[in-house]
Amino acid sequence: MSDATAVPETVIELRGVTTRFGNHVVHDGLDLEVQRGEIFALVGGSGSGKSTLLREMILLHRPDAGEIRVLGNTLRDLSDDAARALRKRWGVMFQHGGLFGALTVKENIGLPLREHTDLTDAQIDAIADAKLALAGLEPEVGAQMPSELSGGMMKRASLARALALDPELLFLDEPTAGLDPISAGGVDELVRKLRDQFGLTIVMITHDLDLLWQVADRVGVLGHGKVQGVGSMAELSRMTNADIQPYFAGPRARGAQGSATSKPR
Amino acid sequence: MKPTATPLSALQGIGRRSVAQLEQSWALLSFVGETASVFAASVTRPSRWRWRQVLFNIRSAGVDALPIVGLLSFLLGVVVAYQGADQLRQYGANIFVADLVGVSMLREFAPLITAIIIAGRSGSAYAAQIGTMAVTEEIDALRTLGIAPLELLVLPKVMALVIALPLLTVFADVLGVFGGMLMARSQLGIGYTEFLDRFVKAVSVTTFFVGLAKAPVFAAIIAIVGCFQGLRTRGGADSVGRQTTRAVVQSIFLVIVADALFSVAFSALDL
Repeated sequence: MSDATAVPETVIELRGVTTRFGNHVVHDGLDLEVQRGEIFALVGGSGSGKSTLLREMILLHRPDAGEIRVLGNTLRDLSDDAARALRKRWGVMFQHGGLFGALTVKENIGLPLREHTDLTDAQIDAIADAKLALAGLEPEVGAQMPSELSGGMMKRASLARALALDPELLFLDEPTAGLDPISAGGVDELVRKLRDQFGLTIVMITHDLDLLWQVADRVGVLGHGKVQGVGSMAELSRMTNADIQPYFAGPRARGAQGSATSKPR
Repeated sequence: MKPTATPLSALQGIGRRSVAQLEQSWALLSFVGETASVFAASVTRPSRWRWRQVLFNIRSAGVDALPIVGLLSFLLGVVVAYQGADQLRQYGANIFVADLVGVSMLREFAPLITAIIIAGRSGSAYAAQIGTMAVTEEIDALRTLGIAPLELLVLPKVMALVIALPLLTVFADVLGVFGGMLMARSQLGIGYTEFLDRFVKAVSVTTFFVGLAKAPVFAAIIAIVGCFQGLRTRGGADSVGRQTTRAVVQSIFLVIVADALFSVAFSALDL
């Protein structure tokens, strides 16, 4: 699959996605594409439907209209078995971790393996250790319960679990929200490393301007039920759309932009 | 569903509540259907059964509940015999205390008190556990890992309770009758052998099974309502508390309704 990265290939394709909650229209005929091997970021104000869109891509929510294709599968008419198979091909890191409170960190990471593979306990243990290290956590963390972890460790543990089945596609929900700047910087690096070393396609929701400038290849801005613009941060900064401009105005935006342009990738 | 600026008229209020109630009943009904279909699918694949979860739930909902169920049904037996003693003594029908305690405990009180205790004890625990998991995104995480929450969280609980509640009911039967027996001796001077002699004659096997047959139904109601309310948790921690309360109120309500329906059905069947 590594040679596929050379050719642009659409991993996720959304066509005319419409979502309503009661009378409130969240997505109004939204179109979006994500290519293989890229780091794609979704941004938008609160209530713009980023999280809902992510939930729709990972089969947690069904749009009212439109079509979503992920890894060549149309999500709408997926059988239970096909859905089960597809879920093994992606990993999801939840905003609050979503780790199972009754299990240790290592058991959490091993759970997908226990469910979907016939590996022995020793093998699962070894894989869990490897994923723990990959996510940048000390081996001792594996024996801890999720409630004992700090916010940053929780996200890393969640990431380790998302990586357990060696997915092709990774979804990150607010990977740096609630982290101190140093931990957030570590996440930046980790996300880039995962893409570069394993050729993962990464879709993330974020508000973090540094993450957007430093890591994202392309950024999609959601607003008023549609994608208002897609492109690299540099491309977006030249667009005049009212939903996009706030990301480039204001001192915080200029600061992130400045540090990104002065420090070439 | 934003509240409007003007206060609702009484009629509007009733209308909204009815719609919400209907929606919830409908959702509960489809949840029962979903659980049944997951159960039917898993029957053919016993290898996928979560035996560990079932056994764990039998222990936490069954074994751990033995003291409280035993104590309360013992006290209930004492109360029934004590209240009956005065009346029976007036007619010199002392020995019929065995009929009174035996039939009322085995047929009605033991299954009902056990179900109510378990609804308060385990139904609430199920709702709180699943509700907390919903708030902390654990349910979403399960789904994305390809594990159906119904299969992992709901089915083992339903199965465990369907096994545990009848057993608890038998335990409550024994302790309840024992309580009545103690009271019969101290209040009416009826010895244990005398009491048990009469008990065996007065209480048919049918009476015992009529009481016992209700327990699995009560168990299914408690487990399903608890899990259903837990899975309906949305938003934050306060919602977990609300759903837990709902789970207990609804499951006790439905248990009593089911008990009434059983009474009607059994009398129609002449049992």
